[in-house]
Amino acid sequence: MEKILQVKDLELSFNTFGGEVKAIRGVNFDLYKGETLAIVGESGSGKSVTTKSIMRLLPDHSAEFKNGEILFGGRDLTKLSDKEMQKIRGKDISMIFQDPMTSLNPTMPIGRQITEPLLKHQKIGKEEAKKVAIDLLRLVGMPKPELRMKQYPHQFSGGQRQRIVIAIALACNPQILIADEPTTALDVTIQAQILELMKDLQKKIDTSIIFITHDLGVVANVADRVAVMYGGKIVEIGTVDEIFYNPQHPYTWGLLSSMPSLDTEEAKLYAIPGTPPDLLDPPKGDAFALRSEYALQIDMEQNPPFFKVSDTHSAATWLLHPDAPQVDPPATVIERMKKFPGSRYYEGGAI
Amino acid sequence: MARYIGKRLIYMVITLALIATFTFFLMKILPGSPIASADKLSPEQRAVVEARYGLDEPLPVQYFDYMFGLLKGDLGISINQFKGANVTDLIISRMGPSAQIGFQGMVLGTILGILLGMIAALRQNSWIDYSSTLVAIIGISIPSFVFASLLQYWFGLKLEWFPVALWKDGFMSSVLPSIALAMFPLATAARFIRTEMIEVLGSDYITLAKAKGASGSEIAFKHAIRNALIPLITVLGPMAVGILTGSLVVEQIFAIPGIGEQFVKSIMVNDFSIIMGTTIFFSVFLIIVILIVDILYGVIDPRIRLSGGKN
Repeated sequence: MEKILQVKDLELSFNTFGGEVKAIRGVNFDLYKGETLAIVGESGSGKSVTTKSIMRLLPDHSAEFKNGEILFGGRDLTKLSDKEMQKIRGKDISMIFQDPMTSLNPTMPIGRQITEPLLKHQKIGKEEAKKVAIDLLRLVGMPKPELRMKQYPHQFSGGQRQRIVIAIALACNPQILIADEPTTALDVTIQAQILELMKDLQKKIDTSIIFITHDLGVVANVADRVAVMYGGKIVEIGTVDEIFYNPQHPYTWGLLSSMPSLDTEEAKLYAIPGTPPDLLDPPKGDAFALRSEYALQIDMEQNPPFFKVSDTHSAATWLLHPDAPQVDPPATVIERMKKFPGSRYYEGGAI
Repeated sequence: MARYIGKRLIYMVITLALIATFTFFLMKILPGSPIASADKLSPEQRAVVEARYGLDEPLPVQYFDYMFGLLKGDLGISINQFKGANVTDLIISRMGPSAQIGFQGMVLGTILGILLGMIAALRQNSWIDYSSTLVAIIGISIPSFVFASLLQYWFGLKLEWFPVALWKDGFMSSVLPSIALAMFPLATAARFIRTEMIEVLGSDYITLAKAKGASGSEIAFKHAIRNALIPLITVLGPMAVGILTGSLVVEQIFAIPGIGEQFVKSIMVNDFSIIMGTTIFFSVFLIIVILIVDILYGVIDPRIRLSGGKN
């Protein structure tokens, strides 16, 4: 498969009054053409910052690339000037944001907001751009698009606004679409509609999607591959089945155990103890060690490297080291692993 | 929209009637008499003068006389300052210079203030930002008569660019007073726009505009400024008041034959009908400004389209 974006050893810090916040501490991943890569993790794990740094949307005066590169179309995005970035944003890479209630300009008719990237990046006139915008609105399932072009954001519901934001993002047929928690602010029925719409559109225009979320239910629904982030690093990456049914990192175990499920018999939902690490002064070894009951001595001292589980699956935990003791993951995770061919708990059958 | 404005006009008339009533009775409570050197007149002489201006009638009669006159657009006649002159004519003849410097000051101040505030917000925490804050503090805290005197001294006396005072050289005479009046709206606008612009620039839709590939100037002028203007409209009313009260003083200093100057003089000699007339005139002006502000809201912010407006 063709790699469309490569993030290599990316390190990024925010310079604040309190000191240097190391928000991203060495992130590596590839994005393939036409796939959906979900990045999951709790608040502050660096998932939004990673994607915003791809778009270079972080404030210049405080955010600073420390190391690494973001390769896209043969160029390193971390080195481009703002002018060159403007030509990429909205055209080759575009973005959908979390809160549709605030991401549209309240004083501009939505038609103008949709035609803006078209007029900017494509050599077409106003009339033609209008036609394209109406088609886009129809594409995202907006009824009577001609009439709605002149209306303002407050005249639309939350779900409709997110459809408009999606229309804006897809206006120039981008190669990469970054969706930063696009369904978090919507209620559940609308969430399902928006997810269906995104899957549908991805097939139509053949774009790659980076989908940021903390909702594992959404991940299972949309993703081809999943990257789990914690403390400014990716701790485990693999196909959606590998992450859900053969997870290796204790943090992924914690995430999966804290996911509510209808057939669980326990009355109380599991919560990962403790709080996320302070990235002003990140821990020396595995950032998750302090919250993990599976932590080894070495986790406190040395950063675990990535261990390969399969060609598509790797995890950064010392538990995968040949010398590490064999530990059993939480019961709910073992239940999942029983269904995964290739895991050590496999009991036959299929997922 | 027409229905809305019609409704507002009715409210305006009621407000004006109340203002006229209050001012009328407040004036009557004031000690002193509008008649020049009243104590030197004999009671007979005094009665003759009072009868001429209808001051001998009982208070309710005087009140209703005045209010009926008002309905017909008659503000009465001047009692001592411009003996017998019609107040309506007096105000109209004095309106020109006041309106000119007021309007010029307001427009100049608001536009410069918006620009200053925008630049300050776009270059947050730079020397431009700090100097704009300084200008804003100076503009708000130093009264307009200090500026007026400084302007007279530097640009009138020292550099001789503009006339020091009086209203003889048309536009040139209006420059210095307009600048003196512009300081308050300039400072207010700069302060508001800076705060609001910084907030708007941090909002999600600006990030989305950036994500679309918009450049810095497109973001500032196409997306941010219109949203940052909304709260400024709210202070346009108070700014107009600032211009009015400022012009009372500034007109005195530059010896401009405007309403403000006339107003101040008539207060000093207790010229009842001119004070009443000017107060009502100022009130009309303010109420109209407030109406314009409310209409502007709907124009700039589509979320506040007024009731009865087209959807």
